[in-house]
Amino acid sequence: MSHIHIDVEHLSFGYEKGRRILDDVSFHAGEHDSVGLVGANGVGKSTLLKLMVGLHPGFEGAIRVEEIPLQKETLSQIREKIGYVFQDSDSQLFMSTAYEDIAFAPRNYGLPEKEVERRVNEALETVGISYLKDRHPYQMSGGEKKLVSIATILSMTPDIILMDEPSVALDPRNRRNLIRILNSFEHLKIIASHDLDMILDTCSRTILMAGGKIICDGPTEEILSDQKLLEENGLELPLCMQRRN
Amino acid sequence: MSKINSAIYEIHHLEKLASRDQWVNQIHPLVKLCLTILYIAMVVSYSKYDLIGLAAMGVYLFISFQLAELSFKDALWRLRVVLPIVCAVGIVNPFFDRIPVEIGGLHLNAGVLSMLTLMMKGSFAVLASYILIATTTIESICYALRLLHVPTILVTQILLTYRYITLLLEEVNRITQAYALRAPNQKGVHFKVWGSLTGQLLLRSIDRANDVFESMTLRGYRGEFKYVGEKHRMRRTDLLYFAVWGLLFGLFRRIPVILVLGNLVGGIFA
Repeated sequence: MSHIHIDVEHLSFGYEKGRRILDDVSFHAGEHDSVGLVGANGVGKSTLLKLMVGLHPGFEGAIRVEEIPLQKETLSQIREKIGYVFQDSDSQLFMSTAYEDIAFAPRNYGLPEKEVERRVNEALETVGISYLKDRHPYQMSGGEKKLVSIATILSMTPDIILMDEPSVALDPRNRRNLIRILNSFEHLKIIASHDLDMILDTCSRTILMAGGKIICDGPTEEILSDQKLLEENGLELPLCMQRRN
Repeated sequence: MSKINSAIYEIHHLEKLASRDQWVNQIHPLVKLCLTILYIAMVVSYSKYDLIGLAAMGVYLFISFQLAELSFKDALWRLRVVLPIVCAVGIVNPFFDRIPVEIGGLHLNAGVLSMLTLMMKGSFAVLASYILIATTTIESICYALRLLHVPTILVTQILLTYRYITLLLEEVNRITQAYALRAPNQKGVHFKVWGSLTGQLLLRSIDRANDVFESMTLRGYRGEFKYVGEKHRMRRTDLLYFAVWGLLFGLFRRIPVILVLGNLVGGIFA
């Protein structure tokens, strides 16, 4: 088995007793996998991502990140390996400048200031937003905030990236930029999104969810071109395929 | 700009001031925090009739504003809501304390004198706190509090409250804008919706504050600010800065410097 991987086994979870958001979800994702998590609103995509970084305790089943079981004692170890991008960038940016925000994680993990500076500059360059370095999040557009949010996780050089609706609020040019960044990330990434065209461009594998369960797990091209399957589960064909038809 | 937007702008402007590269900004946060606490304690300790003695403590504010290149006018504008409240504390004194006193040749009622002293004490304390937050980031203040062994939970609470203010204001802005767009002929918010609006505001801002906290913990935050220590190592000049001001505060407290100087200058010209 490859070094970088996530295992989710028989995972069930609900915010209220007796009302399950996720029901017996199991999958394995390996080192070079790029997995798209798709499904209609409220099927549990965001909840699944949050569970994988230990934001919701009290789940049934097991989650293992690189063979480390997810539990209270291992949270810090696991979170060092995973970069999580929130759906709402405002939740992710809370420092006074983009630099300070991107430096937040490396500093918390005790890296020396020179290394922090190198990583911040590298993350800014990767995302192509060096000009935002000293800008306050308050003065940024929605798209710029999203790119800074992505840079905040890249500065930790994570093994695994989890993203919740990354293309929301991006204009076409920034969306294309995001796709380029995602494709340049070689390790494991799991992207929850309604933007099926972006999933098509960035993920080789897709997990389709409905009613808290995994309905289908397979090659993206195959799943996202199956009109009947998508419509049965509250989705539509990606726009590029609708045009082809 | 709406009132809420300008409040958000003010908070961000203060953060910008605190992140500057000024000499005062580079002083160790523990030194600045302890100095501010010492200053406020000294100011508060003056007798309620010792207006002239207390005035000497204004030297710290004057020099700090100069050193930090802060605008006194801007400070008064930013504190326009707090200062009148602080000044109102002693407003009833002139009615209760009517003993006549003489100060610098002026005949006053003791109540007026104690009212002026209280006003000055309050204003000095607020301005000293303003200097602290305009030259020190919230993370640095939290780091200094941790060095003073203030419990992690309390420090995190302070940090999140500070972050929460902006989130709360942003939520208020969104809700009131959405309301105003659908109630074009109304001034303000109708009292019938105050309850649901406040409830919504509370729930939404708690959710957002929770998201921010989650984002912090995901990026390794465990209630410590060790990295601030990397940035601000305690230097000899920091200790010297504290010692000089500490000595001056002690001197101002024991000797009525303004009276002594006044007598000296008066003696020369007599």
